[in-house]
Amino acid sequence: MDHLDALEAQSIYIFREGFARLKKLALLWSLGKDSNVMIWLARKAFFGKVPFPALHVDTGKKFPEMYAFREHYAKEWDLDLRVDPCPPIDSVDPTLPPAARSAARKTEGLKLALAKYGFDGLIAGIRRDEEATRAKERVFSPRGTEGGWDVRDQPPEFWDQFNASPPPGAHLRIHPILHWTEADIWAYTKRENIPIIPLYLSQNGKRYRSLGDQDITFPVSSNASSIDEILHELQTTKVPERAGRALDHETEDAFERLRVAGYL
Amino acid sequence: MTIAVPPATLSTPNGTTRPLVRIVIVGHVDHGKSTLVGRLLHETGSLPDGKLEMLKAVSARRGMPFEWSFLLDALQTERDQGITIDTTQISFRTRSRDVVLIDAPGHAEFLRNMITGASQADGAVLIIDALEGVRDQTRRHGYLLQLLGIKQVAVVVNKMDRVDFSAERFGAISDEISAHLIGLGVTPTAVIPISARDGDGVAERTDNINWYIGPTVVEALDSLTPSQPLDQLALRLPVQAIYKFDDRRIVAGRIESGKLQAGDDIVIMPAGKIAKIKTVESWPATPVEGPQGAGRSVGITLDRELFIERGDVIAHAGSAPRDTRRLRARIFWLHDQPLEAGASILVRLGTRETRATVVAIEKAVDPGDLASEAATAIKRNHVGEIDLSLAQPVAADQADEFPRSGRLVIEVGGRIAGGGLVLSVDSGQRAATADIVPVESALRPDERAARFRHKGAVLWFTGLPGSGKSTLAKALERRLFDRGGSPILLDGDTLRAGLNSDLGFAPQDRAENIRRLAEIAAHLAANGHIAIVAAVSPALDDRAAARRIAGDRFREIHVATPAEICEQRDPKGHYAKARAGALQNFTGIGNDYQPPTASELVIDTSALTVAEAADTIEAMLARSGVLVDELVDLAANI
Repeated sequence: MDHLDALEAQSIYIFREGFARLKKLALLWSLGKDSNVMIWLARKAFFGKVPFPALHVDTGKKFPEMYAFREHYAKEWDLDLRVDPCPPIDSVDPTLPPAARSAARKTEGLKLALAKYGFDGLIAGIRRDEEATRAKERVFSPRGTEGGWDVRDQPPEFWDQFNASPPPGAHLRIHPILHWTEADIWAYTKRENIPIIPLYLSQNGKRYRSLGDQDITFPVSSNASSIDEILHELQTTKVPERAGRALDHETEDAFERLRVAGYL
Repeated sequence: MTIAVPPATLSTPNGTTRPLVRIVIVGHVDHGKSTLVGRLLHETGSLPDGKLEMLKAVSARRGMPFEWSFLLDALQTERDQGITIDTTQISFRTRSRDVVLIDAPGHAEFLRNMITGASQADGAVLIIDALEGVRDQTRRHGYLLQLLGIKQVAVVVNKMDRVDFSAERFGAISDEISAHLIGLGVTPTAVIPISARDGDGVAERTDNINWYIGPTVVEALDSLTPSQPLDQLALRLPVQAIYKFDDRRIVAGRIESGKLQAGDDIVIMPAGKIAKIKTVESWPATPVEGPQGAGRSVGITLDRELFIERGDVIAHAGSAPRDTRRLRARIFWLHDQPLEAGASILVRLGTRETRATVVAIEKAVDPGDLASEAATAIKRNHVGEIDLSLAQPVAADQADEFPRSGRLVIEVGGRIAGGGLVLSVDSGQRAATADIVPVESALRPDERAARFRHKGAVLWFTGLPGSGKSTLAKALERRLFDRGGSPILLDGDTLRAGLNSDLGFAPQDRAENIRRLAEIAAHLAANGHIAIVAAVSPALDDRAAARRIAGDRFREIHVATPAEICEQRDPKGHYAKARAGALQNFTGIGNDYQPPTASELVIDTSALTVAEAADTIEAMLARSGVLVDELVDLAANI
């Protein structure tokens, strides 16, 4: 069993644990490379079927290529797609810096969707290597009734025994690819032939490392125009994955504040 | 010195061929974890360009000497580096592998985070300050690593510069920590003298430690193996769920050990149903051919419709786990409230979840100083051994035989509160079926006590063959009977002639022999008799099991007559036969007798006459409330 096989088996195990132990699950689909791998893994776990809705909390500010991708693959992958809009910007904490405030709409949209559907588990494609506060995550991460994350009081989680009993009104975040790295995602995407949005590949010396909303995501300098070239680039680059994400750079704690409040 | 990654591996995508090892780094506060991590990042070329120079400049500007730990602090503060850097996960690369270092910050929640991180680790680095030496926290970490099943531990003795790179000082610490770890069943893969600040021993052997011949820290990390080969063990497939998304009925789960393939005969535990694997299903291509090994998440279909549910364990016939409702486990406890005997808890064993009762707490230890405490409760961050009675039968393995399926966690209030290893599976304690309704005696124990002037008890005589157990037991039986009591002698050899004639002398047979003796004795004691058991019962564990069965009526009497005298006496001629090689598994010659450490009474029959010994026992029985004289008081209760 090679490294990718081991990652895949572990993710499938997490998916199946989530499905067995929680009543109302949804998978958060942001259309990016990670959540596409995640959907692929879900199909592996459940033999081609994704037995819970794929939820897109839509800011309305994604790239046109992303919306095209969503419409095409929701059909091709036979997903129960739920698209839920985010509330307008004035409903968001005004003390946040601009990009973070813009991103925080997603947290509010998420809370509305949770209330609307009554999900007790949200499967999300975050990875430890993306960002420091994500590195502190548990695989099954309890959230308070307001969706908040108490980083200082996380239950112990050992071996593959997860905490999966959310108190009434609260929910769990399930992170089936927490243990993957950016390079793993690309190597697996290539091996499994998982479709990608072309924005990840270089055009005119620029490409997106990480895809978010149009107004707060920027491309990085790169000549990598195939997955092989991306993998090669990742071997040598010291540019962080989220360098093109404006909200990460506004203030030191912007991202942490967002995550504690319920952001992904 | 910087170790550049050899160009040959550059074209190989990360994650496809380079093995990844997860290492937890543990040690007492201020023994130099951050400094070592900073140094490792530098030595392996994992730092962003210019980072080091920048920090040197900052230190110089403030007039401070450069500290490697600044580097880690700076990276944590900035959080925008081109490398994975966090207090919990730090990635870097050595020549041959990718390493994820798992650190566990935060003193208050240290153990909770350390265990969460370390439970995923393949190996550990245990760091010790050369000046301070082995501390409580060092020992505590060693204990927890052992409990988590981490066998590969590289010990790093840091700050060697503070002890003038003394080989003697290093040798003393090395001996002390090695003895501690080996005592716990963990052999250190290396013990390395270093100065993390100056770099000695981290990536190179400097002149300062020219007397040292072992690996450097980087070399030690390079030689750790990613994970244990679990394919060689017997098959264990805990069932996660049964899926019926189409016309297939797929049993899904992850293979924890062993292998399986289509055509295998399997048994589903704990019910013991049998079937054959029809196909191994997958997606997108299905079915898959060939064996599937440990670590794979699979789906199988069976050749017949059986009731299977989440929590069942699929195994091969002949090597299936035992079904039981009784487990003994060594656990660490993380909850604020101590775990107490009698507590009702939720146990998770693989994918099985069941309610359970803590029947007894047999040991409670602070892993810091390894001091045993009164075994009534296990406090937060302490370790203990517990006896569990489960509400439903489970398929269970011992952790020393099956590292992955021999683990359990305990949940309190919906959260994991502790967890540990299964020490033994009491397969003799069969699941009680609904058809069994125990019938109680028509007499109450106190009615008998009033007549016999004693309460029910189990007197367990243990000792070497020839130590005088049977002689004493018989003398005591006579005395108790003469004072109006109801003693009943259960001699090990006598019962072996009948009830236990199906048992031999292999360890598991001996354990079963003891279990049956204890069950009978406990039954007699529960009905007011004094059961006097005379049996060599050489194993501590077996006697502990007997004590569990009989509860607080149990009194252990160690007949501790010196071995030479036992052999001189040789009342049954067994020693002579064993010396001549004609008797296998004879306790006494093979040195396999484990003397009690806390018996109620110790008697040396080479120093006392039979009458004196019987007096001593009688006095103990009176003292501990078994013998009573107040006829009137007891009768008044009837």
